[in-house]
Amino acid sequence: MSTFEPTLLARISKTDSQLLETYRRDGGYEGFKKALGMAPVDVINLVKDSGLRGRGGAGFPTGLKWTFLPKDHPGPIYLAINGDESEPATFNNRILMEQDPHQVLEGIAISCYAIKSKKAYIYLRYEYGRSYRALKKAIEECYAAGLFGKNIHGTGFDLDVVLHRGAAAYICGEETGLIESLEGKRAWPRIKPPFPAIEGLFRKPTIVNNIETMACVKQILDRGADWFKSMGVPPDPSNPRDAGSYGPKLYCISGHVNKPGCVELPMGITARQLIDEHGGGVWKGRKAKAVVPGGISMGFLSASELDTPLDFNGPGKVGCLGLGTAAITVIDDHTSMVDVLFNCARFFAHESCGQCTPCREGTAWMHKILARIRMGEGQSRDLDLLTEVASSMGIIPGTTICGLSDGAAWPIKNAIKKFRSEFEEYIQTGRKTVKPSDALMEVH
Amino acid sequence: MPTVIVNNKPVEIGPSEKLNCIQAAERAGDTIPSYCWHHDLSVVASCRMCLVEVGEKKPDGTIAMQPKLSPGCQTPVKDGTVIVSNSEKVLAAQKATLEYLLLNHPLDCPVCDQAGECGLQDYSYKYGRGYSRLQEPKNIKPDKDYIGDQITLFTDRCIMCTRCVRFTREISGTAEMQVVSRGTHEEIDIFPGEPCNNKLAGNVVDLCPVGALCSKDFLYQQRVWWLKSKNSVCPGCSTGCSITVDQNEDVLYRLKPRENPQAQGSFMCDEGRFGWKYAQSDRRLTLPEQRSAGKTISRDWDVVLSSLGTTLADLSDQKSGAFVVAISPWATVEEAYLLAKFAKDVNPNARLALGPVRTVGEDDLYPKDIHGQPSLPTRFTIRAEKCPNRRGVEAVLNHFQGEVVPFSSVLGDVESGSVDTLFVLGGDPEGWISEADVPKLDKLKLLIVQDLLGSPASAKAHFVLPGAAWAEKDGTFVNHNGLAQAIHRGLRGPEGSRPDGRILFELSGRSGLFHAASLRQEIASQIPELAALSVGDLGEFGVSLTSAAKTEPQPVG
Repeated sequence: MSTFEPTLLARISKTDSQLLETYRRDGGYEGFKKALGMAPVDVINLVKDSGLRGRGGAGFPTGLKWTFLPKDHPGPIYLAINGDESEPATFNNRILMEQDPHQVLEGIAISCYAIKSKKAYIYLRYEYGRSYRALKKAIEECYAAGLFGKNIHGTGFDLDVVLHRGAAAYICGEETGLIESLEGKRAWPRIKPPFPAIEGLFRKPTIVNNIETMACVKQILDRGADWFKSMGVPPDPSNPRDAGSYGPKLYCISGHVNKPGCVELPMGITARQLIDEHGGGVWKGRKAKAVVPGGISMGFLSASELDTPLDFNGPGKVGCLGLGTAAITVIDDHTSMVDVLFNCARFFAHESCGQCTPCREGTAWMHKILARIRMGEGQSRDLDLLTEVASSMGIIPGTTICGLSDGAAWPIKNAIKKFRSEFEEYIQTGRKTVKPSDALMEVH
Repeated sequence: MPTVIVNNKPVEIGPSEKLNCIQAAERAGDTIPSYCWHHDLSVVASCRMCLVEVGEKKPDGTIAMQPKLSPGCQTPVKDGTVIVSNSEKVLAAQKATLEYLLLNHPLDCPVCDQAGECGLQDYSYKYGRGYSRLQEPKNIKPDKDYIGDQITLFTDRCIMCTRCVRFTREISGTAEMQVVSRGTHEEIDIFPGEPCNNKLAGNVVDLCPVGALCSKDFLYQQRVWWLKSKNSVCPGCSTGCSITVDQNEDVLYRLKPRENPQAQGSFMCDEGRFGWKYAQSDRRLTLPEQRSAGKTISRDWDVVLSSLGTTLADLSDQKSGAFVVAISPWATVEEAYLLAKFAKDVNPNARLALGPVRTVGEDDLYPKDIHGQPSLPTRFTIRAEKCPNRRGVEAVLNHFQGEVVPFSSVLGDVESGSVDTLFVLGGDPEGWISEADVPKLDKLKLLIVQDLLGSPASAKAHFVLPGAAWAEKDGTFVNHNGLAQAIHRGLRGPEGSRPDGRILFELSGRSGLFHAASLRQEIASQIPELAALSVGDLGEFGVSLTSAAKTEPQPVG
């Protein structure tokens, strides 16, 4: 591990890393130039060969997604970049956008060329003011330098990049919610099919990719598919749906650690390594009780599951929803899982878009039940009720339109399954974390 | 033929039919419950009430079911589609969805207008659970008294199906309704200062599957289980919307659109929906009257009718043009036929005219675009021609006279004194002659007015025959498109008034009782243009005169 050299984050601590001038000095936009000399289909094949899977959370193979676009479409085809980064404790995109926006923009330019799109939209989370300013300046630099605009490098390739700020909602991170929002509508995810690649933004074929994915595309163009594939974890033979987890990944470390931050490591590092080797260990000399493997929608790793490799396949083996955004949150052994879960439930009740009945009502109900438990009025049957409600929502059972509902339900199911005795003890001892009056305020 | 298997029952669908699982199940006689889906609105698949198991029967006979539930509304069927709507998994999902929908619902059914025709009540009864497991306080959302002049919103009864929102965006195009807030706190609302007062606004009340959007006109007027419904046709314009007339104890409470793909589709306009109040106004004529020199001679039906009969019989020698019968486009086909035939029998020289055809502005097409201009494709039309049966009356007039004489030309002759006798069959609540034109009737020797409402003209008539509103009689209206639809007697008119058909039937000296279906068959045998009426019973959706005209007219006994 000591030989690993960061690539995605290689420039972030350099002086003026956001500027086009320094970026070019470091070899920036050479990958784009290289791509322009290739046939678009060859760029797609290169990305396919690299085994790159989307960094947004679902881990769908990027090159494969690109091939879902209709063949010989007269256009327009759009690329929508998901910079909504709204999963709690996730900030890897932010670092890239703030510190090295050109790396992202170069990835966007390459991807647009590959999918024959002349227009890319960056959908940026509203709260990211610094990212907005950095990207805005970088885009202006690119236009001024002839990297964006008409007839780039005399190749006849045109590209416009539009930076759009959202209005801050979790649901805008869902790709069709993002598209609706980009069209100026309420961000209610669309029913699928049709998938965005067939009918997306403004009813045109659209690819939605994550910010970090774009940075990876740029690196693949520079360093090749073999370089990318030299890192990470091959497909798990026992899971026919696993396509392997290759390349470098940005892991966010937060919660009860001594040194929170974002680190770049090859795919497949374990939670324990992240905490001990990169996060400075659990704070105050305590032990980890639970670790969120990749945003709270993925569920929890218990203390005995910390050696789970954090690749696309690993967390699922221990009952988590997936790798998600690879943002780990460490929960120490002084923390009540009831409080943690209440916090999760409050977040999802607040963020449910309200379109599908099970998620709209279910998230709010679970929030109310957990609030009641925290007021000391829990009953042990509440745990079964919570599990039942959580199991009834999501695209996995088929009861909702989008997968955010699965993410809202997963930590509930996971926590009650893995920490049931703690919940039962909490309820049976009539413990109260909060005064009833405070708990009520937290509900409304 | 493509075959779909619904709960183990094979059902055939048309080769080019595009159905979803809900529609296919209906063919098989099974109901898949749903709230947000409506066949005239876009599919959002958000209420999740219609979840079913879907699979495919392979050519080798094996069935592969999808592991997850699918919304029936969003899932198209094709040959070999397998739908299961009664498995344990489906029943559990339905039960869960209903529990969610009722979590924050106030359960104020005893005082809710929708009680008795409520999707929540019906589905809870069939698919739900008998108690709620919610122990915490319900969300309370403020009621919104003013969604529009005619619409009020009981916000906490809403299940967020968004049918109303989609209606105003897709059918009226006026887009007043929207969803505000998020998650369990979200509500239906209007944009500030932009109430839902478009001319189709009342439909959102019908579309609301629960008691959230209510009609201010109907609110707290009547429990729906006391209402008796009869199929009818809105007389407000020549679109001829299929409707139901809902009454109790001869009081009309509301009109609702009745789906008819051949007529207007699924909706109706507010002009028609709320425009019937004249029928129960105190301006109704309630007793027949025979007058001479301004003095009442009789107000007894038997006396007035027989006296009128005798008087008209004496007209047999009147010269051409001296005896004029004006039949309003509000009359039914049967009434027009009875009166026209009677007049020509009495005096073959009798002149038949079409009563005033009232038009207001131009056809009003929906949806509107952002500038208020109609946009294509047209989903609903409120027609400028504000009468229900011009085409039907014209067909009768053409048959008996070979031409249609407009009332305006007759009125000139009346004013000049070349007309001695005028028999007007009215029905338009706006009247058939303006107050300013009433003096033009002064030279008439005999004026007979059969109408619904009293007017300066009826006040000076020698014979006044109080007729019935359209909801109080049986008959046929032919809409702008040549669709002949039956109207049915939903309630009795005020005491003393009589259905117009019955009055004319008796006046003609016919034996027996007025019976619309038999009369239709007689008309069909006499008038080729109306041959399609030979079926007698026009059914729920009516019959098209134009398509029938292409086939051979059937002889009718």
